[in-house]
Amino acid sequence: MEATVTRTGTEGKTWGGGNQPLKVSYGKMMMWFFILSDALTFSGFLASYGFARYKFSESWPIADEVFTHFPFLHGVEAPMYYVALMTFILIFSSVTMVLAVDAGHQMKKSKVTFYMLLTIIGGIIFLGSQAWEWKNFIQGTYGAVETRGGNVLQVVNDEGHRVALDEFVVAAPTERLQQTRSNALWFVDEPTLPRFTMEDVLVGFAANPNLHIRTQELTETGDKVVLTRAESLAKLENEGIGIIEGANLQKNEYGNPLFGDFFFFITGFHGFHVLTGVLINIIIFFNVLIGTYERRGHYEMVEKVGLYWHFVDLVWVFVFTFFYLV
Amino acid sequence: MAHDTTHAHQSNTKRIWTVFIILSVITIVEVILGIIKPEVLTDTYFVSLKLINWIFIVLTIWKAYYITWAFMHMEGETKGLRRSVVWTAGFLIIYLVFILLTEGDYVHEVMKRGQVAWDF
Repeated sequence: MEATVTRTGTEGKTWGGGNQPLKVSYGKMMMWFFILSDALTFSGFLASYGFARYKFSESWPIADEVFTHFPFLHGVEAPMYYVALMTFILIFSSVTMVLAVDAGHQMKKSKVTFYMLLTIIGGIIFLGSQAWEWKNFIQGTYGAVETRGGNVLQVVNDEGHRVALDEFVVAAPTERLQQTRSNALWFVDEPTLPRFTMEDVLVGFAANPNLHIRTQELTETGDKVVLTRAESLAKLENEGIGIIEGANLQKNEYGNPLFGDFFFFITGFHGFHVLTGVLINIIIFFNVLIGTYERRGHYEMVEKVGLYWHFVDLVWVFVFTFFYLV
Repeated sequence: MAHDTTHAHQSNTKRIWTVFIILSVITIVEVILGIIKPEVLTDTYFVSLKLINWIFIVLTIWKAYYITWAFMHMEGETKGLRRSVVWTAGFLIIYLVFILLTEGDYVHEVMKRGQVAWDF
């Protein structure tokens, strides 16, 4: 190394090179700047979510009504509890991570191993929770009617409680078959056919006088507008074109398509970060186990991966606020 | 602020658990507010944003401060590194949010005035 250094006559001066003004190793500094750039990517996502929220501020879905599931509590409305639990899981795995870093400072290999393992388990539990959340979101609960303008109409009863399509619609016998690759036009298929046609919905809706249509629009108090019986029937007949069950990137039963898109992209991008975080943690865990850092004389690598892990937690804190709370 | 190097090998376990308790309490407060949604807070507006949302945002930034300063150990880094990360992110994010929210509000006004049909 020394052989390559050229003498410049400025040795020892501030700009002579060789000093570390930020007093931090190259790896750690670059991790910080990577985190900075990643933070800007996430804020781009969240800011554009804010743009959509402001643009559709009078028709945006109410998050409390969408995320109401909790494991083993079927049919119980439990808004927020599950995401709050996920937040705690991630904060706690951040704590075990910082405990691993702390143990690393004291060169306690067994403690570092133990806390790294806890961190990895926490990360895996979080990923599983997110997968479950996605499953519920994609599957949907009540179903909705799609309008010609690309909006959704939801069904409520007299008390204003949501009613699932299953509860009042009966599918009429139909000759229409799903086009698969093996019949009719070969190697051409189509997406799964909706379970009910618009006609089925109209018949079922007309037969149940206690049902009303709830539009996407929000009232002054932040509730969704519920139409009268006559308005509901007219709206369904004039504007309804089909049903939506669950969510994909084109449409969802919760309301504005952008709501689903942002859900998939923001929580998905964050979940991808958690996944890579877990993988990197596993690599570092095995390195700790085989004594790489013990021989190296310091556990700075644990610190660096720790920075990334805390950042993932930091992002979730913001996603939690802006997607679920605000 | 400046972290003395002699402390680097001491255990900070007590501080870690304190910060964990603070973060947990803030989260619990957020969840309780989000479930109760007191009318005083949802009906009062401050700079065209509901008071409850201001509270959520302030609590979130407070949590972010603790995670960055205590867990990511930003409090121990030099002023130069701290500022090059925090100030850069702070400036660019505030700028982006300001522009996009202003624009979003404008587009909302356009739709409201009926220049664009969206419910048909």
